Amino acid sequence: MILGIDVGGTHTDAVLIEGFKIRKKAKIPTDAENLLNCLHRVASEILTGEEPQRLQRVVLSTTLSTNAIVQNKTEPVGMVVAGGPGLSPALLPRISHTHYVKGYVNHRGVIAADIDPDEIRSAGEKLRGEGIRHLGVVGKFSTRNPAQEVKTAGLLAGDFRHISMGHRLSGHLNFRRRIDTTYLNSAVWELYQRFVNDVLQFVRSQGIEVPIYILKADGGTFELAKSADFPVQTILSGPAASIMGILSMARCNEDAIALDIGGTTTDIAVFADGVPLLENLGVTIEGHKTLIRGLRTRSIGLGGDSVVRCEAGKILVGPEREGPAAALGGPYPTPTDAMIVLNRTAIGDPALAAAALAPLAGQMGLSVTETAQRIFTAACEKITAAVSSFIEEINNEPVYTIHEMLTGKKIAPKLLHVVGGPAAAMAESLGERLGCRPFIPEHAEVANAVGAALARTTAEMTILADTERRLLTIGEEGVQMEIPSRYTAAEAIAVGTAKLREKALAMGARQEDIEIEVIENQEFNMVRDMYTAGKNIRVKLQLKPGLISGFTRRQSL
Amino acid sequence: MKGKLRRTGLIFFPAFDWAISPTHPEREERLLYTQDQVFEEGLLDFDNIIEFKPGLAATADIDRIHICVPNAQSVITESHLISAGGAITAAEKVLSGEVDNAFALVRPPGHHAMKVVHGARGFCNVNIEAIMVEYIRKHYGPKRIAIVDTDCHHGDGTQEIYWHDPNTLCISIHQDGRTLYPGSGFTDEFGGPNALGMTVNIPLPPRTSDEGFLYVLEKVIMPILDEFKPDLVINSAGQDNHYTDPITNMRFSAQGYARLNEILAPDIAVLEGGYSIEKALPYVNVGIILAMAGLDYSSVREPDYHAEALRQSDQITRYIERTAAEVLDLWHRRRDMKKDLVGTAGYVKRKKHIYYDTDGISEQQEETVRVCDDCGGLVMIDSFADTGRRIFAVIVPGQSCPVCRREGEEFFDRMAKGRYRHLYFQDRDRDIYIAK
Repeated sequence: MILGIDVGGTHTDAVLIEGFKIRKKAKIPTDAENLLNCLHRVASEILTGEEPQRLQRVVLSTTLSTNAIVQNKTEPVGMVVAGGPGLSPALLPRISHTHYVKGYVNHRGVIAADIDPDEIRSAGEKLRGEGIRHLGVVGKFSTRNPAQEVKTAGLLAGDFRHISMGHRLSGHLNFRRRIDTTYLNSAVWELYQRFVNDVLQFVRSQGIEVPIYILKADGGTFELAKSADFPVQTILSGPAASIMGILSMARCNEDAIALDIGGTTTDIAVFADGVPLLENLGVTIEGHKTLIRGLRTRSIGLGGDSVVRCEAGKILVGPEREGPAAALGGPYPTPTDAMIVLNRTAIGDPALAAAALAPLAGQMGLSVTETAQRIFTAACEKITAAVSSFIEEINNEPVYTIHEMLTGKKIAPKLLHVVGGPAAAMAESLGERLGCRPFIPEHAEVANAVGAALARTTAEMTILADTERRLLTIGEEGVQMEIPSRYTAAEAIAVGTAKLREKALAMGARQEDIEIEVIENQEFNMVRDMYTAGKNIRVKLQLKPGLISGFTRRQSL
Repeated sequence: MKGKLRRTGLIFFPAFDWAISPTHPEREERLLYTQDQVFEEGLLDFDNIIEFKPGLAATADIDRIHICVPNAQSVITESHLISAGGAITAAEKVLSGEVDNAFALVRPPGHHAMKVVHGARGFCNVNIEAIMVEYIRKHYGPKRIAIVDTDCHHGDGTQEIYWHDPNTLCISIHQDGRTLYPGSGFTDEFGGPNALGMTVNIPLPPRTSDEGFLYVLEKVIMPILDEFKPDLVINSAGQDNHYTDPITNMRFSAQGYARLNEILAPDIAVLEGGYSIEKALPYVNVGIILAMAGLDYSSVREPDYHAEALRQSDQITRYIERTAAEVLDLWHRRRDMKKDLVGTAGYVKRKKHIYYDTDGISEQQEETVRVCDDCGGLVMIDSFADTGRRIFAVIVPGQSCPVCRREGEEFFDRMAKGRYRHLYFQDRDRDIYIAK
C-alpha cells in the first residue's frame, strides 16, 4: 500500500494505491497558512479505517519551499562569493549581504588565486553583526575543485545556523545559477528544517514506520529525513507531480505531449520515447535561474477561467483570470462559458454563460453560439501554437558534435495526454490540430498525488577525470581522488556508477529502482606542445527518472 | 555598463568530434575550455545573448565563391558544411533583424582558403566568411561589405578571393609576414587593378600589445571604414594574437580583444584561428561575447595577466605609427594609382605559386583579369597542381558589367577541354556554376 499526498496551491490531494489500483482518493482545500495542518487532515481522512502498518511507502509533494520563495517568506542569507576575473559583480545575481572575496579556481580546477582567511573571517563577523544566521558560499568553477568552498565554509562554521555550499547542489557549470541556487537553498533551509521535523513527528505518531519521501522538481523522490539540507531540490515539484501522474496513468513509451489545462494556465510538457524531458540547466523561480534539475515545462496564460475580450473584431483569451467562469458566478466571460454554450461541458448555469457571451456576440455581429465557437477555436489555437513552438525549440536545441548534428533525434509526438478541468471538452479538438491521438487519463483529478506516490528516486552525477593532473573530481559529492595516468572513460563510468548507487541508496532508493544511465560521455586528448599530455574525460550519469518498479510500462491504473 | 545593450546571436559549434589529426592544433579539444568558461559565466542566461543551432551549408553555397577541384564534395567534410553553415546562420539572424549582431564561434576555420581549392592550407579548406558573404548577397541583395581580419596570420585566402571586388573591403591586421605564416600581407598588397585600396594590409611587428592593436584600429581601420561606408562589417576573428598563443609572437589580451570588438562593432564575427586553448580562448571569447552584447567586460582577464610585463616597447610603438601613416597615405592615393599601374593594358595577368601546407599540395596559377571601370572585371584562372590536376576557370563577378559578362560567356562557350582536366564557369550574379 502506497500513500501519495500532493499539497498543491488550491487543493491537497491524497491517494492510497494498492495492487496497481487506486483504492481511495481524498481532496481538501489547501490552507496556505498551515500546510502541515492540511497534511494532517488529508492523511487522517484517507487513513481512516486503514492499517497504517500496511503502508510500504509514503510520498509527499509540497509547495512549501516554492511558496516561501514566491511570497518572500525566506531568511536573509549572507553570501560569500569568490568570483575571480570574469563577469563584473554588477552582472551577477543581486543578493543583499553579498561579500565578494579573493580566490579563484580555473576551468581545469586549478587554484589560480588563493582565498584570504582574514578577509573571510571579517566578512563572517560583519554578517553576524547584521544578525545573519544563514550563509551561502560559492566559488567560480567550484564543481571542478570544491576545496576553496569547503575551506571557506570551514572558516565560517560554528557562527551560523547553516552554510550552503554551491558545489553540493549541482555538478553543472554556471556560476550565476550556482549563486542563485545556493542562496535559495540557504534562504528556505530553516523553514524546511522545521517542516521535515514536524512531518516526521506526525507520521511516527500515526504509527507509520516506513520511509517518507519528498518529490523533487525533476519528478524524482528523496527520503525526507535525508533531504533536510537540500530544500531547494523540492521547489516547483507541483508540475513534476502532475507529469509523473500522467506517466503512471498512460501507456507511454513514445514521443508524447502532456497538457495540464487549469483555471489560469496551461502547462505543457513533452515526453521523448516515454521519458519526460528535463530542463537543460535548471528551473527558474521568481526570476532566480537555478541549477535544480526540473521537468521541462512551458506555461502559458490560458485556462478555463481566462478572461475573454474582443478587440478590433478579434477574440482574445487570457492571460488574466478575474475569478471563475460566468456560469459559476464569475465576473467575465471565459472559455469555460463558451464550452458550456457549445454543450461541451455541463457545469454551472448555462443561462449565465450565454448571458456573459452576449455582449461579445453583439460586438462581433455573430450569434452567441458562433461567438462561443470562435472563443473555443481561439483557445485551442493559442494552446496548439504554444505546443508547436515548444517542440520546435526542443528540436532546434544546439548540439556540439557533428554526429549529433547529422543524426540527432527529432521529437515527433503522435500522442496527446490532457488533464485538468477542460480536458474532456478540449482534448479532441487539440489532438486534431496537433495531429495526435488524444488521451484523457482516468483519475486525472488526483494525477499529482498519484505521480508523487509512484515516482522513483532520481539523482545525477558529474565525473571529470583529468589524467594529466591524475585527478578525478565529482563536484556535487565533493569528491577528489587520485587516478593513474592511463585512466579510461570506462573506469570513470565504473567509479561514477558505484558512487551514484551509493548516493541513490542514501537518498532512499530501493535497489530494484536503481537504473543508471550514461547521459554524457566525452573524452578529449589534451595536447601540449605537440605531445599528448593526457586525457580529459567527462561523464555524466543519472538515475533514470520514472516510476518505481512494478509500475513501469504496465496497464493503466 | 558600457554602451547600450545589443541582442547578440551566438552560434556555438565546437565540433567535439572532428580533428585534422589527433595532435593537430585544430583538434577536438580546441573549444572545450571556451565552452566551459562560457557556460560557467552563464552567458547564455542573459536575455540579450541568444544561442542558435548552426544550419548546414549546401555545396551550392561553396560553388558560389570557390572553384573546388575536382568538386566541393571531395575537398570538404561535414564539419566544413557546419562551420560555413554556422557563419550563414549568424548572417541570417542579423539580416532578418532577429538579433543586432552575431558571433559564429565555429570550427574549422577558413580564412586561408582561396578561390581555387585543391586541398587544405593553413588548416582551412573552404573560406567560411566568403561563403557567408556571397550567401548574403544572393539572398539579401548586393551589399558593400567590409571584412576586418583580426587573426594573427595574414588573411591571404580572403584577400585573394576579393582581390578584384570593388564592393568588398578586406582589411587584415596581422603579425608581419616576414616572421609568420603565410608570409604575405605587406602594405603594398593593395587590391587588383579594378579594386585598388579594397585590400588593406597592416602588418604589425612581433610583441605588439593592446596599445598597438587599438592604435591601428582607431587611427587606420575606423577612418577607412568611415569612408568606405559598408552595409555590413565582418570580423574575421582569429584569437591567436594573444600573448599565450603557442604559434605566434604577439601580446594582445582578452581585454584588448573585447575593446577591439566594442570599437569595431562588427555585425558578424566569425572565429578563425587561435590555439592557446586553455590560457587565451576561454577569456578572449567571453570578452568578445560581452563586448558584442554591450555588457560590461571590464572584469574579464586572464588569471596570469600582467599589463606591465606585456607593454610594448617605444620602438614598436614608433614602428607601428610609421606603418599606420604609410597605409593611410596609400589609402588616400588609391584612386590615382590605376593609371600608373595598368597603363593602357586591357588585361592584367598575375602568376601565383600557392602551397597547401596542410595537405602538402603545390599549385601554379595564372590569373587574368579584364581591366574594367564598370565592375570587378572578368577573371580567368589557369591552375595546375602537383596532384596532376590542371583546370581552367572563368569567373563573371558580382554586379558585373555587360561587357565582362559577354566576354566571359563567349570565352567559356568557345573553350575546349584540351590539356585541362576540368573547365569551370562561375557567374556570381546569376548564381550559375558549371563544371565540365
